[in-house]
Amino acid sequence: MIDYLLTEEQKMIRDISRQITDEKIRPAALEHDKTGHFPHDIVKVMAQSDLFGVYIPQEYGGMGGGIFDICLATEEFSRGCAGIALCYAASALGTYPILLFGSEEQKKKYLPLIASGKKLGAFGLTEPSAGSDASAMLTTAELKGDHYVINGMKHFVTSGGDADIYTIIAMTNKARGARGASLFVVEKGTPGFEFGKKEDKMGIRASSTRELIFTDCKVPKENLLGKEGMGFIAAMRTLDISRPGIGAQAVGIAQGALDHALKYAKQRKQFGKSILTFQGIQWMLADMAAQTEAARALVYASAREIDAGCKDVGKDSAMAKMFASDVAMKVATDAVQIFGGYGYMKEYPVEKFMRDAKITQIYEGTNQIQRNIIGLALMKETVQ
Amino acid sequence: MNVVVCIKQVPETTQVKIDPITKNLIREGVKSIINPYDLYAIEEGVRIVEQHGGKVTVVTMGPPQAEAALREAISLGADEAILVSDRAFAGADTLATSYTLAMAIKKIKDYDLIICGKQAIDGDTAQVGPGIAAHLDIPQITYVRKIEALEEKSITAQRTTEEGYEVLQSPLPCLLTVVKEINNPRIPSLKGKMKAKNAAILTWKAADIEAESDRLGIAGSPTEVWKIYTPPARSKGQIYDGDPEGAVNAIVAVLKEHLI
Repeated sequence: MIDYLLTEEQKMIRDISRQITDEKIRPAALEHDKTGHFPHDIVKVMAQSDLFGVYIPQEYGGMGGGIFDICLATEEFSRGCAGIALCYAASALGTYPILLFGSEEQKKKYLPLIASGKKLGAFGLTEPSAGSDASAMLTTAELKGDHYVINGMKHFVTSGGDADIYTIIAMTNKARGARGASLFVVEKGTPGFEFGKKEDKMGIRASSTRELIFTDCKVPKENLLGKEGMGFIAAMRTLDISRPGIGAQAVGIAQGALDHALKYAKQRKQFGKSILTFQGIQWMLADMAAQTEAARALVYASAREIDAGCKDVGKDSAMAKMFASDVAMKVATDAVQIFGGYGYMKEYPVEKFMRDAKITQIYEGTNQIQRNIIGLALMKETVQ
Repeated sequence: MNVVVCIKQVPETTQVKIDPITKNLIREGVKSIINPYDLYAIEEGVRIVEQHGGKVTVVTMGPPQAEAALREAISLGADEAILVSDRAFAGADTLATSYTLAMAIKKIKDYDLIICGKQAIDGDTAQVGPGIAAHLDIPQITYVRKIEALEEKSITAQRTTEEGYEVLQSPLPCLLTVVKEINNPRIPSLKGKMKAKNAAILTWKAADIEAESDRLGIAGSPTEVWKIYTPPARSKGQIYDGDPEGAVNAIVAVLKEHLI
């Protein structure tokens, strides 16, 4: 692996995450994949190791790092199980809006709970008719005195039901379209806020994906994040900084699949020798290794750029997410190929990597949407 | 409740190589770790202090690089660390080592419990823990798999035996050696690792622990290693499968032919 010149603290994050992956995640991965049970016990270990707070400022109980730190942990976890890794990373997705747009009171109230891992965050954006076109949402929030009344539903919400603090987007002024959306924090247990169907997924099965159902759900006025009408912009800015996390998950999947493929190729004997000695296999592994490293370099560079406070990071983080997830899908598929018939069997680990890889090309903006973001940015650059 | 935990830095592999001439362990080129059994000792000490208050002081005798093991112990929750290190300690056997550690613990003075791993994975003698208790003239419970009760002045613990376990009660201070069934050592926290990085590690030399020089190192070590060898690998047995009756007859025939 290229030396990315990590700081001492970043090396600690990587090492602790690797130890959790080796000792806790890998032994449990297949079981969670089979049952779809949320890994509460492993989440607790991550919390005790202070990893939920790596990107949260110290004054709110975190470790004061940034996006790059959470990427390091997510990548390591994903080498063992991308589903369990997502239970970790999704908490940050629900927290970024509070971090970016929350008032001092809101930060003081929620961030320490999330940094300690006592509460998990989640982000509710997608609706059945509003996927890539998030502005088509139907969920509404109506101001009535000192509270908002929320009605509607969100679906495909990662950690839905298992998380505690939800950041959701709803229309406060339908007439204004995308400019009429606003972000709210809704806590689990709020009357009128319930969980619907739990999805039965192809991959990342340790992570829960549920519907959030709001029926005359009253939330205090203070739970509005930022100003009314800036919800859509806020959601897009959240995704701009969260995408490297998906990239890191994808890099972890690619690396995990590559690790398995290399180990298997070495021990698998055909025609009287290890298949690793065949050039055809070596060339596949060489491509897989180079693509994984390229994806990692792009994800790290994008995360570091965000942490440095650079502006207009959207194009670069879109590239990182798109490229890394396409690499994960290809590398995991090639790993199955190297395993041959065994690779297709659930008894062997690589088919799970292939199933898990697929979602990284789809969620937090499909890779087609990422290409739109990149294309739009390129067009803007020609005008400048 | 003040707890002293004694640890040892050992080479990572259990396949240690032995120098054919000096009969000492070859440590060069092998990554060093905390003896795995000592991790259970650290964890138990930390849990006791989390529950009862006090502090965990971790002690090791070893070369300067053993400081890394002490820092790791701090990342796992130990409060203070002492490195007992002096050229005079070189070549110590279990008698000299337990004497040296006992003298260091005497200097620490204020302790209720000493916890050691049941043995180290390099030497595998399981003598140093009991030796420390003997030098300090305090009671010991070895192979502890569970602490049933810990009071201000006494401890009740389950001691593993080949048949099962015994329940023993002892006044404090007392020394325990622990087996891996006792707990599930934690993974270090980020805050713990950062604390460990900056922690001050005390270093005590022979003079600091007021040890008698002829009881240290090679001079204080009566053990002589005459020969070390790897026991021959056991040859594979023959498996007779097929129908049980035929297999039994075949085995009986072989037994008759060779043994009876």
